[in-house]
Amino acid sequence: MKVLVPVKRVVDYNVKVRVKSDGTGVDIANVKMSMNPFDEIAVEEAVRLREKGVVTEVIAVSCGVTQCTETLRTAMAIGADRAILVETDAELQPLAVAKILKALADKEAPHLFIMGKQAIDDDSNQTGQMLAALLDWPQATFANKVEVSGDVVNVTREVDGGLETLALKLPAVITTDLRLNEPRYVTLPNIMKAKKKTVDTFKPEDLGVDVAPRLKTLKVVEPAKRSAGIKVPDVATLVDKLKNEAKVHG
Amino acid sequence: MTVLVIAEHDNASVKGATLNTVTAALACGGEVHVLVAGATAGAAAQAASQIAGVTKVYHADDACFAHALAENVAAQVLSIASGYTHILFAATASGKNIAPRVAAKLDVAQISDISKVDSPDTFERPIYAGNAIATVQSADAVKVITVRTTGFDPAAATGGSAPIEVIAAVSGDGKASFVGSEIAANDRPELTAAKIIVSGGRALGSEDKFNEVMIPLADKLGAAIGASRAAVDAGYAPNDWQVGQTGKIVAPQLYVAAGISGAIQHLAGMKDSKVIVAINKDPEAPIFGVADYGLEADLFEAVPALTKAL
Repeated sequence: MKVLVPVKRVVDYNVKVRVKSDGTGVDIANVKMSMNPFDEIAVEEAVRLREKGVVTEVIAVSCGVTQCTETLRTAMAIGADRAILVETDAELQPLAVAKILKALADKEAPHLFIMGKQAIDDDSNQTGQMLAALLDWPQATFANKVEVSGDVVNVTREVDGGLETLALKLPAVITTDLRLNEPRYVTLPNIMKAKKKTVDTFKPEDLGVDVAPRLKTLKVVEPAKRSAGIKVPDVATLVDKLKNEAKVHG
Repeated sequence: MTVLVIAEHDNASVKGATLNTVTAALACGGEVHVLVAGATAGAAAQAASQIAGVTKVYHADDACFAHALAENVAAQVLSIASGYTHILFAATASGKNIAPRVAAKLDVAQISDISKVDSPDTFERPIYAGNAIATVQSADAVKVITVRTTGFDPAAATGGSAPIEVIAAVSGDGKASFVGSEIAANDRPELTAAKIIVSGGRALGSEDKFNEVMIPLADKLGAAIGASRAAVDAGYAPNDWQVGQTGKIVAPQLYVAAGISGAIQHLAGMKDSKVIVAINKDPEAPIFGVADYGLEADLFEAVPALTKAL
């Protein structure tokens, strides 16, 4: 069984981004870039399935600029067997990425996609569901637990109010939530091994995909600042302020 | 222009998030229709017909909608999609799950998590955990949108009297099926609809302590309970209590954060709350930067004292 794992290169989780003064976007020049944390969980899950003998091959895929190769090397250091880069300098929106991934599914015939539920840059939370729709495959988003048995995968999902479990007939698309697993630390020997693994490169045109953006960003601004209030010395003062100043009480 | 809102419901009633979504729909302009796809969901369709501003309700009833599987609901939405300029979902776990399937099938972009409607084709949405607000314009004929409920006031749940039209149910292909769920039953308000939220962080130290300290305060205030990601990851609180960039986005009248340091990702989920109270031992905790009232204290003493004093 073959698994494709899309990974996105994003501004590192710990970086606090700054909005550019001309309002055209956020400043990502010279900031640390990393693999989207949800995608790292996806790679880990796919590799664990291979270690359990359920999966035979894990292929990492990234769409974007040349530097996405670094993200693919990280995925291969976690344990992906090989990688595909769909290289473009164009702005890629979720629908375009879903179309690229569909084209790769047609080429590679995987049984499963495991991917992050959202990227922490544009916070869209769309690509997995779009891909499932384009392929007419079933989907399980926000996965908390994944169990493959035969041609069915049972996925426990994080939903409003708790958890629910779905059974999907393979092939299927799964998107990961935070508590699916804890990705391993990559070790130096595995980083070295990853350097020798294959990365195939395509252009979106090679796959016959039109990636033209459908949404135009008119401007990007800083959110309204919330100013810090006051410190209160004790609980009694806090209760007094809440009742008499903020006028909230139970 | 006609806007279709996909109702989120439990077959008996319509969830609060749908009311906020109707307000966003009205801001897009034109008539607002609501689709209730459910299983024995007559009561939910009735409730939808009473929402102020709604002019028509479509009701599709079939056992396949019992658990709102994305494949099935999306197929139903697509069966009536033509003629709509906008299709809106609440940005809840359910709406986020279904909407992109509809958008992809229509070959249009989705605009996720909008916090404001500037014009029928231009919307504002937070990106980078709310550290930037993007204004985006859609060139597509149909705008498929998920609505950040905290960005819009709820529409009045009563006052409307829209006709209900029963439509044929379109079921999915059966490739996904529901196995079971563990949904915690309690009498507390829903986190995203609560007027008051008390939220606990990693400083609580254990699930027992979390419950021992936070529940009495929540009970006293009639509040919903939230948690930081750190508290959820540590197993002190269930996953659906998580407030933050990738959890629930909330904006209650009062948010009490106890033992939460205030990581960017947590602030992204609660900084639009009207009044924020922070209780934390660490004077440097970033949560104090957004709190209206900060109390530098040991939460194990301060929270019970607060519970007693209220």
